[in-house]
Amino acid sequence: MEELDGEPAVTVIPGVNSKKNQMCFDWGPGEMLVCETSFSKKEKSEMVPSCPFIYIIRKDVDVYSQILRKLFNESHGIFLGLQRIDEELTGKSRKSHGRQFSSQVRGVTFVVLASLCPHQFIEVGWSLLPAGHLLLHLLDWVRLHVCEVDSLSADVLGSENPSNHDSFWNLGLGGMTSHGWSLPYTFATNPHLESLLKIMLGDEAALLEQKELLSNWYHFLVTRLLYSNPTVKPIDLHYYAQSSLDLFLGGESSPEPLDNILLAAFEFDIHQVIKECSIALSNWWFVAHLTDLLDHCKLLQSHNLYFGSNMREFLLLEYASGLFAHPSLWQLGVDYFDYCPKLGRVSLELHIERIPLNTEQKALKVLRICEQRQMTEQVRSICKILAMKAVRNNRLGSALSWSIRAKDAAFATLVSDRFLRDYCERGCFSDLDLIDNLGPAMMLSDRLTFLGKYREFHRMYGEKRFADAASLLLSLMTSGIAPRSFWMTLLTDALPLLEQKQVIFSAEQTYELMQCLEDLTSRRPVRGESDIQQLQDEDIETTKVEMLRLALARNLARAIIREGSLEGS
Amino acid sequence: MEEIYAKFVSQKISKTRWRPLPPGSLQTAETFATGSWDNEENYVSLWSIGDFGNLDSDGGFEGDHQLLCDIRHHGDVMDLQFFDQERIVTASSTGCVTVFLHHPNNQTLSVNQQWTTAHYHAGPGSPSYSSAPCTGVVCNNPEIVTVGEDGRINLFRADHKEAVRTIDNADSSTLHAVTFLRTPEILTVNSIGQLKIWDFRQQGNEPSQILSLTGDRVPLHCVDRHPNQQHVVATGGQDGMLSIWDVRQGTMPVSLLKAHEAEMWEVHFHPSNPDHLFTCSEDGSLWHWDASTDVPEKSSLFHQGGRSSTFLSHSISNQANVHQSVISSWLSTDPAKDRIEITSLLPSRSLSVNSLDILGPCLVCGTDAEAIYVTRHLFS
Repeated sequence: MEELDGEPAVTVIPGVNSKKNQMCFDWGPGEMLVCETSFSKKEKSEMVPSCPFIYIIRKDVDVYSQILRKLFNESHGIFLGLQRIDEELTGKSRKSHGRQFSSQVRGVTFVVLASLCPHQFIEVGWSLLPAGHLLLHLLDWVRLHVCEVDSLSADVLGSENPSNHDSFWNLGLGGMTSHGWSLPYTFATNPHLESLLKIMLGDEAALLEQKELLSNWYHFLVTRLLYSNPTVKPIDLHYYAQSSLDLFLGGESSPEPLDNILLAAFEFDIHQVIKECSIALSNWWFVAHLTDLLDHCKLLQSHNLYFGSNMREFLLLEYASGLFAHPSLWQLGVDYFDYCPKLGRVSLELHIERIPLNTEQKALKVLRICEQRQMTEQVRSICKILAMKAVRNNRLGSALSWSIRAKDAAFATLVSDRFLRDYCERGCFSDLDLIDNLGPAMMLSDRLTFLGKYREFHRMYGEKRFADAASLLLSLMTSGIAPRSFWMTLLTDALPLLEQKQVIFSAEQTYELMQCLEDLTSRRPVRGESDIQQLQDEDIETTKVEMLRLALARNLARAIIREGSLEGS
Repeated sequence: MEEIYAKFVSQKISKTRWRPLPPGSLQTAETFATGSWDNEENYVSLWSIGDFGNLDSDGGFEGDHQLLCDIRHHGDVMDLQFFDQERIVTASSTGCVTVFLHHPNNQTLSVNQQWTTAHYHAGPGSPSYSSAPCTGVVCNNPEIVTVGEDGRINLFRADHKEAVRTIDNADSSTLHAVTFLRTPEILTVNSIGQLKIWDFRQQGNEPSQILSLTGDRVPLHCVDRHPNQQHVVATGGQDGMLSIWDVRQGTMPVSLLKAHEAEMWEVHFHPSNPDHLFTCSEDGSLWHWDASTDVPEKSSLFHQGGRSSTFLSHSISNQANVHQSVISSWLSTDPAKDRIEITSLLPSRSLSVNSLDILGPCLVCGTDAEAIYVTRHLFS
């Protein structure tokens, strides 16, 4: 295993006594679960009372910030734009588009982060990318980030006699360092004046004396360069940066993470910048977008990481996974996975199935995402879960609707069986509005077709179209789409048709019905000793069969006579 | 239409609605309400686009919408309607229907009334109580009608604690949306492609009429009634298809227009200009359908400021002989003469546009990219 870059930070969990008891944990997609166990750290295995809570630990709290959400959404749009343009362009124009996108992102970042001072360093890091007129850029940048000078100047110039104002000289010095002004002042021997002149001549020691006015070491760096080496080349910058940092800190404090990022930036060591940012920032947003941008400008040599994808993809995957851990931002994560060629799709497949679906509307959005990417397995599995929930809630129409969407014949069969069972128990159909209006969906499964046709039979009977109803009923049995278990019901339904005044079933049809009845009764298992209820049921069954046999025989007789007479005449 | 302003609001917007103007008022729309969804904490918010008088140096913030007030909402905001000038009714994914009251003097919102168990699968009395999301709400002062995933229809009256009427198991599938036809009649759409008309004057639990799509029974997600001709209804389906129906005639749609590439979430006739129709969809686009026939000759290169415009002649089915002048241009029979111009209003493809509303020349819409778009110059 590689060496650690820095000491890992220790997070203390309130309420958990880690000195006394051992803790257990488990990783989640973006979070960690931790709790105290009963095992004490001492030798004796005494059951000591432990903290009853399970803690959820999140590393990435930025994802929950209101303001940063705007950044995530806007940069998502820009990210997509860049990927799409990239698909269209090649070569030279890429770099210019890269810069355009860079400034777009910078613009967005600035607008969003204008109120957030602690997050300045993201803006800082981003700004250092273009290496144009270096010093002017640096001056602008320091001016942007050193707010105090501007507010102080407003203060001083507003007062009646500026030169008597306490802050006047401080302002002058501060102004000199960030604006390179020359203030209008009366010429007089004055220690402050001497300091000013020394600074103008590039005296570093004089500059260092005014350390309190310089908010940080890069302010010092820029001032230094302004008066000692205004034509500094980008390549030499990092020498000055390192020494400025050392001089400014003077051995009193150690560099902070931001300082390391800036040093790496001054060295134009992109990889180091990315690495430092990855360590310092809790959210992958910055490094992911930065790396993507550099990759598109072909400024990044891709490193192959251990598990096969390159750095850009790795960072994008990390960022997108972080988004999926958020209840709302998962939709952005989808598009990021789309543009990770190696592991994006499989990551998306794993994540998308685990999104909690509390409303149908959310489920529809997830399904649409899956269907657009031909993720048929996920569509099936999600639809099945929703269909099962619907069946449990007795929403058979919804269940059917989900089976149709997933083209899930097996589930459609299950739903149809439920309908048929309800019919047998209650003697009438529930949800006629659904069964009567199945339309082409009827073809999805045999059972569903049977349900539709069976209902049609009832309708025909209701409309007194007996001949049609009769043939339909027969065809349901002979074609085999009627389940065996239902045949008794179907034959019983035939009874009223058999007992009509006019002959409905032809002789041929009656023979077929008799055949069906024989098929049914011959396969019934012989029952042994049984209790009274079973005996009663058996009695009913036997009576039914008897009645059917009688009715069929009578119908056969009448049919033969009728057909014989017609032929005869 | 040049100026459409976008603002990122750190919450996915599920519904946007303009506050209705007092009758006879000459003002333009100024205030709209939004509901959010999919957050750990969802909010109902009121926004204002009134002129603040302070133009920025580059005039950029003139149209920017500002948050007036908001209030926490339990569950996703599934639907939102203005009951009157001060009250907003919302449907929640927890099955609760809430009436919020806006206090203009101190710019706050408060809960005025709530029906917490309006929609459920297993009832409050049973041991395995489970709530069901309420998917649609429609108001007609003093009545409020709600529908939900439990297939139930509720009729509430403001200030009445219990429901006035409940139709259990009105539908075996999910009811997605509801609208008023004529006052005692409502129309619902469900997830097996059916329109059902219910008459509250009748006692039974059966719909008075059922209409359904031909072909595949694609779920219908939204419905809107023509403002002047109460028998003309538009629906949007899961396949992005726009259907126009005449509920007096037959059981099938009159027109079927292939529109979006994904679910159509909302369809609206323009309330004062009903030859204009607006739809928004999961595919991230918002379309303006212009069926007005009294427009002077347009060359095919003329765009109304939107990204793309296509001319589409719509297919129709048989129409009885009704006088041409009376027919809504949506039901008209002459494909050569009556063409619909379609314009896409959003500048770029985004995540799903969940909701839109129009009032006069103003349009507002909300997206899953956590942005609200407003324009005050729809017909320029």
